Amino acid sequence: MPTKGRTAAIAGVYNTKQGRRLEGETTRRLIVEAIRGALDDAGLSLGDVDGITSENTASLIYDLRLGPVWQGSTFGVGMITEAVAAIEFGLANVVVLVAAQAQAYRDHAATAPWTRPENEFVAPWGMFTAAEFALIARRHMEVYGTTREQLSLVAATIRNNGSANPEAVYADRGPFTPDDITASRMIADPFHLLDCATTSEGGCALVVANVELLDPPCRPVHVLGSGADFFGPSYQHPPAWDLMGRRGDHPNGLVGRHAADMAFAHAGIDRDDVDVLELYDPFSFEIIRQLEAFRFCPDGEGGPFVEDGHIAITGSHPVTTDGGTMSFSHAGTNPQMMQRAIRGVQQLRGDAGALQVPNARIALCSNGGAGALFTTVLLLGDEPR
Amino acid sequence: MTTELGQLTAQRAAVPHAAPGPLTAPFWQGCADGQLLFQRCESCATANFPPAEHCRQCLSTALEWERSAGNGIVYSWTVVHRAATPVFETPYAPAIIDMAEGYQILTNVIDTDIAQLRVGLAVTVDFRAVGNELWLPYFRPSP
Repeated sequence: MPTKGRTAAIAGVYNTKQGRRLEGETTRRLIVEAIRGALDDAGLSLGDVDGITSENTASLIYDLRLGPVWQGSTFGVGMITEAVAAIEFGLANVVVLVAAQAQAYRDHAATAPWTRPENEFVAPWGMFTAAEFALIARRHMEVYGTTREQLSLVAATIRNNGSANPEAVYADRGPFTPDDITASRMIADPFHLLDCATTSEGGCALVVANVELLDPPCRPVHVLGSGADFFGPSYQHPPAWDLMGRRGDHPNGLVGRHAADMAFAHAGIDRDDVDVLELYDPFSFEIIRQLEAFRFCPDGEGGPFVEDGHIAITGSHPVTTDGGTMSFSHAGTNPQMMQRAIRGVQQLRGDAGALQVPNARIALCSNGGAGALFTTVLLLGDEPR
Repeated sequence: MTTELGQLTAQRAAVPHAAPGPLTAPFWQGCADGQLLFQRCESCATANFPPAEHCRQCLSTALEWERSAGNGIVYSWTVVHRAATPVFETPYAPAIIDMAEGYQILTNVIDTDIAQLRVGLAVTVDFRAVGNELWLPYFRPSP
């Protein structure tokens, strides 16, 4: 049996410095730093690596002289699922997952290039990510009565987490009140500037390893379940809440529900077992949507749910505890997605400092959003199940 | 030229537009001719938009161009105040329209005040030429 004696777990994590601009840095230099940092955290060295996933993975394999090596192909928290599968299927023992971005976006007269892909049915209408996600949010507001104040509560909560995180791009910028959110300039109604992710630079890496074979210095964090929901290419079709596939089970507005159901079923745990929710926060409304999609609250009730204080660090469902893409960092297309999982690992290891959720043993991490037509889910635990 | 506060207008300067391919060129020629086209499946009657090589429902390749009456209602909307790129004049109002023929189209709503925008607003196509003589299917409130 190729899977016998193989248990894959996250053995190391590392964030480089994050900043609005990292002067003198390049994407490759950040990638090398992140790989070294994550391997060091795992008590491993480059010579132990026999699997890697990145954005320009082939050139990395050549330049780091890693070959022959297993190469992954997906992105975000899905990279972790893929690496676990590779290890447990016997394709590799030590997989590095790495991404970074520096100097790709310096002309701030326009929104970041990856927020506005070329498409002949989209580009002429001045679309970019804020407008895509606004179309989802506005539909929910008109159908369910979700309020502007509820969006502000989400943004203020996450930005206050970031303010208390010394590693965040916007450390010490708070505290933020809900009124501070709507006092910032309007970007794409209903979103004000402080409802939106920032853009920044930085890198990160994780090491997923066969912990039956290796003995990492830190207690490994286990992948309990995962799921991946896709409805089509991001930013090429109208981002409609009611977009429905032929199985007719879940609309795009609830993208991630099928993924979460799969993840929880595989893990054999309930929603109530989750201690911390490292939700992807490209825009404030997306938190309300994910709480509904993942079944932490009934459909249409995500707004009242966040009003009741559930999502604060001290609440029953603390979300996005490093400040997320709004305040911690939002570098490029991939690092900022992987960082949801890194924060989940930090919480389960007890490494989250002032923002530590007491006794956090199970974390849910997510990527994507209905405005982008996909949502992926990862359930992490401090012990295997 | 000044814009009345809150009044939404079509863009004047050239906007980004990828060159149409063989599949999509008939749609854009239709816009230049004042016709809003979509594909109707001859096999299952599903309306397909944006253009596809096969029906998204039954996968038949028997798709025929059909002219829309140009009427729909606003499914969702936003108003952009910080443009994607400096070529866009703000404010502008991206919206998804539910077309009477049973498909959705992304557009900008024009010739109305921002305060009038709402889900369910009845709108009609209004072709406007922008800077690079590209004819775009904007929508305005129905008469």
